[in-house]
Amino acid sequence: MQNISHASYKLSLSDPRFRALLFQVVTVVVVLAIGFYLLHNTQTNLQHRGITSGFDFLERSAGFGIAQHLIPYEEANSYARVFLIGLLNTLLVTFIGIVLATLLGFIIGVARLSPNWMINKLATVYVETFRNIPPLLQILFWYFAVFLTLPGPRGSINIEDMFFISNRGLNMPGASMTDGFWPFVVALVLALLAIVLMVRYANKRFETTGEPFHKFWVGLLLFIGIPGVSTLLFGNPVHWEVPQLEGFNFVGGWALIPELLALTLALTIYTAAFIAEIVRSGIRSVSHGQTEAARSLGLREGPTLRKVIIPQALRVIIPPLTSQYLNLAKNSSLAAGIGYPEMVSLFAGTVLNQTGQAIEVIAITMSVYLAISISISLLMNSYNKRIALIER
Amino acid sequence: MNAFTFKPDMPPPVKTVGAIAWMRANLFSNWLNTLLTLFALYLVWLIIPPVVQWTLIDANWVGTTRADCTKAGACWVFIQQRFDQFMYGYYPSEQRWRVDLTVAAAVFGAAPLFIKRFQRKALYGLCFLVTYPIIAYALLFGGVLGLQIVPTSQWGGLMLTLVIATVGIAGALPLGVLLALGRRSKMPAVKVVCVTFIEFWRGVPLITVLFMSSVMLPLFLPEGMSFDKLLRAMIGVILFQSAYIAEVVRGGLQAISRGQYEAAAAMGLGYWRSMGLVILPQALKLVIPGIVNTFIALFKDTSLVVIIGLFDLLNSVKQAAADPAWLGMATEGYVFAALVFWIFCFGMSHYSRGLERKLDTGHKR
Repeated sequence: MQNISHASYKLSLSDPRFRALLFQVVTVVVVLAIGFYLLHNTQTNLQHRGITSGFDFLERSAGFGIAQHLIPYEEANSYARVFLIGLLNTLLVTFIGIVLATLLGFIIGVARLSPNWMINKLATVYVETFRNIPPLLQILFWYFAVFLTLPGPRGSINIEDMFFISNRGLNMPGASMTDGFWPFVVALVLALLAIVLMVRYANKRFETTGEPFHKFWVGLLLFIGIPGVSTLLFGNPVHWEVPQLEGFNFVGGWALIPELLALTLALTIYTAAFIAEIVRSGIRSVSHGQTEAARSLGLREGPTLRKVIIPQALRVIIPPLTSQYLNLAKNSSLAAGIGYPEMVSLFAGTVLNQTGQAIEVIAITMSVYLAISISISLLMNSYNKRIALIER
Repeated sequence: MNAFTFKPDMPPPVKTVGAIAWMRANLFSNWLNTLLTLFALYLVWLIIPPVVQWTLIDANWVGTTRADCTKAGACWVFIQQRFDQFMYGYYPSEQRWRVDLTVAAAVFGAAPLFIKRFQRKALYGLCFLVTYPIIAYALLFGGVLGLQIVPTSQWGGLMLTLVIATVGIAGALPLGVLLALGRRSKMPAVKVVCVTFIEFWRGVPLITVLFMSSVMLPLFLPEGMSFDKLLRAMIGVILFQSAYIAEVVRGGLQAISRGQYEAAAAMGLGYWRSMGLVILPQALKLVIPGIVNTFIALFKDTSLVVIIGLFDLLNSVKQAAADPAWLGMATEGYVFAALVFWIFCFGMSHYSRGLERKLDTGHKR
C-alpha cells in the first residue's frame, strides 16, 4: 500500500488521493458558495427593508419592565443590560435545575434498584410517566393548571409563618448582608483552603505510613469552626427577614415568581426521570463480583459502596449525565412558553420584536447557548478524563 | 407384621410459601425495608385517592356546555366538545375523512412489514417509503384528483404533530447518515464541515432553531420567494434532528469491527459500495433502537412549534383552554394532551426495547 502510493501521483480520477483532494475542494467550494449566496440574499433583503445591521441597538434604552432581575434594572437601561439579565436568569434556572434534578434522579435511580417491591414499582411508575410527557407540556401544566389557580396572597398556603405559596409565587425568608458578611466569606475560603491542605497531608501520610487519618471529622471541625469564630467575632453574617402580608401583597424576604417555580419544577421532574435511568444502568454495570471481592477483603457495607461500587459506576454514569445537563440547559429555553424572562423569551422574543434586529439577536442567543453547552461539556469531560479507567 | 407406610408430607411452613412469604421477602425483610414500605404506602395513599376522585368519581361526563359541569371533579365534557379540534385543528370538518384515510393508509400500508412470514420486506418497505409521502401529501394538501386545497394554516391538532414528526424523521434520516459518514471520513475538509454542522445544531436549543427558521429564513431567500410557515418549521426540525441522527449512526459505525471494512476493501468494493452493501446495513441495524429513541425525542419536541404559532396538539389545547366559554379548563386540557403524548411515547419506547432484544444477535463483543 505504502509503496504504491509513493510510486506515483497521477492527476486522474483513478488515483484515490487525487479523488479525495478533488472531493474536498468541491465540498469547500459548495459550502462557501451556499454561504455567500445566503449572505448576498440577506444583504439585499436588509437593504430593501431598510434595516441597518450592527450591534448599535444594544446601547439603546429598552423601555420595558422585567418581572425578575438578579441585578438592578430600570426601564431606561440599555438592551445590553436586558441581555445580561436574560443570561443570568437562564443560568439561574440551569443551575437550580441541575442540582435538584441530580439529587432527585439519584434517589429515584437507587429506588429503582431497591429490593423493596413497593419502592421499586413507585420509582418505575415515576420514570415511565414523566419521561414520556413533553417538557413544554409539563411546564405549561405547572404554570397554568397549578400555580395560576392557587389563591392570592391573602389566602396563600402558609408554612410555619415563613413560607407562603400563592399565585404570585413563593415568598420566603430572605437574607441581607450585615457587617459580618465579608469576614464570614473570608473565613469560609480559609476553611476550604485548610481542608484542602489537610486532605493532602492526610493522603500523603496514608501513602507513606499507612496510618489512617480522620479526614471527615477534622474537615467538619474546620468547616464549622473557622466560620464559627468569625461569626462570634464579627456578628451574624446575614440578617434574615420574614415576609409579611401588607395589603394585597407580601413585603420583605425573597419572592420567587411562579414562572421560575413552574419552570424549575417541571425541568427537575423531567430531567430526574432520565438521570434515574442513567444512575440505575450505571450501578447495574458494576458486576456483583466487585461487591463480593470487596466484602472478602473485609470492607464493610459503607466503604464497599464508597470505595468500590460508586467510583466504578460513576465512569459509566458521567458521559450520559453530561448530555442530560446539556439538555436541561437547552430545555430552559422552553420558558418562552410561559414568559419567564430568560434568554429566549426576553432577548429573542421581546428585544427582537422591539428592535427588529433578527440576525444579530438570534446570533447572540445561539452563541450564548453554544457557549453554555461547550463549557458544560468541557468541564464534565475534564472530570471524566480524571476518573476514566486507565488501561494498561 | 405391620407394613411400613409413609406418613404424608408435612405442608411447608406458612411463612415460606404464598403471599406471606412473598411479602416477607419483598416488603418486610428488615426494619429499614418495612419503614420504606410504609413510606411508599403513605405516598400512594396521598396521591391515588384524590386523583381517582378527581378524574373518575367526581368527574362530569355528559353535557354540552360548561354549565353542565356541576360536580367538583374533572369536566371531561370540555374534551368531548373540543375533541375534533384537538385531533384536526382547523381542518375543514367536511374534509376530515382525508386525514382519517391518510392515517388508515399508513396503518394498512405498514402492516405487512410487521408480518413475520411476509417475504421481500425490504423491497416492499422501500416502495412504501417512496409512494406513501406522495399519497399523504396529495390527500392532506389536495389540489389533485379534484380534491379541494386545504392550506397548511388550517392544519392542526394531533394531525399536525404527527405530520411534523414523520416528515422530520424522514428528512433527517438520510441527511444524518451522510453527516455520520462525513464525520468518520478521512478527508479533513469534509470532516471539519460535518463536525461543525453537527456540533452547532446539537449545541443550540430547538426553540432558537425554530425562531431562526421563522424570522431569519425569509431573509436568507431571494426577494419575492417565500415559504409556508409549516415548511419553514419543518426545515428547522430536519436540520436540527439530522445532527442527533448523525451521532446515533456514528455510534453504529464505530461498533462495526475493522475486519468488516478491510473485508469490503479486499473484495474490491469502492467507498460507496462498501458502505452501502457492507457497513451501513450492519450499522443501521445496530442503531434502530437509538433511532426510535431519537424519534421519541423529536415527537416530544414537536410541541415547541407552539412558540412560532403553529396549532399542534398542545397549542390547540392551550387555545381551547383560553376560550372564555371554557375558563378554568386548563387542567383537563393538559391532562388529556399529556395522556395522548404519553400513549405515543410509551408505546414507541416499549417497541424500541422489544426491538433491541430481538435484534441482539450477538454482534456485541
